[in-house]
Amino acid sequence: MEETKLLDELGKTFPDKILETSSFLGDTAVVIVWDALLDIVNFLRKKPYEFNMLLDLTCVDYQGRSPRFEMVYHVFALAARKRLRIKLAVPDDQPVVDSLTPVWKNANWLEREVYDMFGIRFEGHPDLRRLFMYDGFEGHPLRKDYPLRKRQPLIPLRK
Amino acid sequence: MPTRLQREAKPDSLLVNMGPSHPAMHGAVRIMLELEGERILNSELEVGYLHRGFEKLCENRTFFNLLIYTDRLNYVSPLINNLGYVMTVEKMLGLEVPERAQYIRVLMSELSRISDHLTCLAAMAMECGAFTVFLYKMKAREFIWDVIEATTGARMTTSYIRIGGVRADLDPDYRPAVQKAILETRKVLKDVHGLLDKNKIFLNRTREIGLMTPENALNWGWTGPALRSTGIAYDVRRAFPYLVYDRLKFDIPTGVRGDNYDRYMVRMKEMEQSLAIVEQCLERLQKSSRPIMAGGIEPADAIHAGRSQKPKEKIRLSPNLEGAEKDITKDILAADGRYVVPPKEDTYTTIEGLISHFKFFMTGQGIRPPKGEAYFSVEGGNGELGYYIVSDGSDKPYRLHLRAPCLHLLAALEELIKGRYVADVIPTFGSMNIILGELDR
Repeated sequence: MEETKLLDELGKTFPDKILETSSFLGDTAVVIVWDALLDIVNFLRKKPYEFNMLLDLTCVDYQGRSPRFEMVYHVFALAARKRLRIKLAVPDDQPVVDSLTPVWKNANWLEREVYDMFGIRFEGHPDLRRLFMYDGFEGHPLRKDYPLRKRQPLIPLRK
Repeated sequence: MPTRLQREAKPDSLLVNMGPSHPAMHGAVRIMLELEGERILNSELEVGYLHRGFEKLCENRTFFNLLIYTDRLNYVSPLINNLGYVMTVEKMLGLEVPERAQYIRVLMSELSRISDHLTCLAAMAMECGAFTVFLYKMKAREFIWDVIEATTGARMTTSYIRIGGVRADLDPDYRPAVQKAILETRKVLKDVHGLLDKNKIFLNRTREIGLMTPENALNWGWTGPALRSTGIAYDVRRAFPYLVYDRLKFDIPTGVRGDNYDRYMVRMKEMEQSLAIVEQCLERLQKSSRPIMAGGIEPADAIHAGRSQKPKEKIRLSPNLEGAEKDITKDILAADGRYVVPPKEDTYTTIEGLISHFKFFMTGQGIRPPKGEAYFSVEGGNGELGYYIVSDGSDKPYRLHLRAPCLHLLAALEELIKGRYVADVIPTFGSMNIILGELDR
């Protein structure tokens, strides 16, 4: 299997950076330590793997677990038609991750979205602002402790 | 707080807002332009005017209930959105879908793809001044939506593709309606080719404008017709075949230059391919098994009769359940009773049916995918439409994330219009088919 070959190779090249590898429902995933993201991504982008596309980037809030957040990246190798999921844990007290904007341009908006929705900061991002919410919005809506029905109207609601 | 553009603008350049309420900004996008004369020095996009918190809402609804929110994403091709979500959940459950339902799904999603492309090109052509093209394309779209309406009961908010299959069988008269839609769409495509392909005004506004190189398109995460217009033949239907796409014959049209004109052309050619797929589906789908008007006794009489012994006559269901009768469901819904709504005939007349109905809809029961996570994507109208679902084993998704193809397209707009004229913003924006419902979520 090519997936296992890729995972073996990753494990050999970054022995202390890969925490876990798995293949579930046909999705290949690796869990890495938080400071190894750029190294691993740059390794994957080069030949022979050529993961040349960032498909998606998001975050999951596991409230009550430590570390609380988990960043999820989906990268795609166009020539080999392979997807890979990269996950890394982000602690609650220091939610900072390396930005992927130097590598992929679409990381810019996707990281702004995660910053907006989860409050995770990206080091090296050129313009880290909220994407969907307005300036002055308090809190991060997709965090589990943000109530579903909380309203923050810009103009006071009529009685 | 001043925006990035306001902070960085030269003191003597002119700042202009395009949108959020502007006839050419499909939906509500704001483009702030820094102008020198008519040339764009810099621009900044602002989205989020239509943000409804789709992902947050989904985390608070059950897997069955949240289907209706997916209709509202890309509202021009809601059936493909349904399909993407439903297939992600099916992947987690390991659910087998009957072959007939798979063909119906392909038929419906190809019709939606045509309506998506028609809408995009109609709006693009209208904004370039070709109002005739707009009217022709809207006419063709009406015939397609007639088919969709007859089968699903709605034009936009369909919620037709369900976990395990589809809601109901095709409309009994779907065959002539689809053939009519194919015929009318072919006619319109021929007319539009004649009106636009060599039209000097259209060429001036689209040729060599909004240029994208293949490497850059990959770097921006472009997928779908926009990526294919740069010459990269990546299509999810071919790269990761789902449903019955591996048994159908179709080409993947590509462009050369990656400009607005190529994006237009790729969409036009793709519609031809979709029409061919629809025809192949028609060949392989037999007649609809759905009766024109279901006969039988009223449910109340059936319940009364069922007190002593099981009624032998058929039960007449309410008109909005037409096409979902018990003898049809085996063709269009998965056999696993835990994941699909039990047939209404059983619910009305047997205690086991009633129990399984309650078990399906009760809080904490129903569809509960095993703990884990899955990513699945389908080829949407604008590109790879992916869903990433994390399940904690309960009846609600712990996290649902949408990979919206539009977001990646629109993010590149700033780069595409830099150094161009104000008038170039319109066809460039139009050729991308930005649907705000999907982008803002």
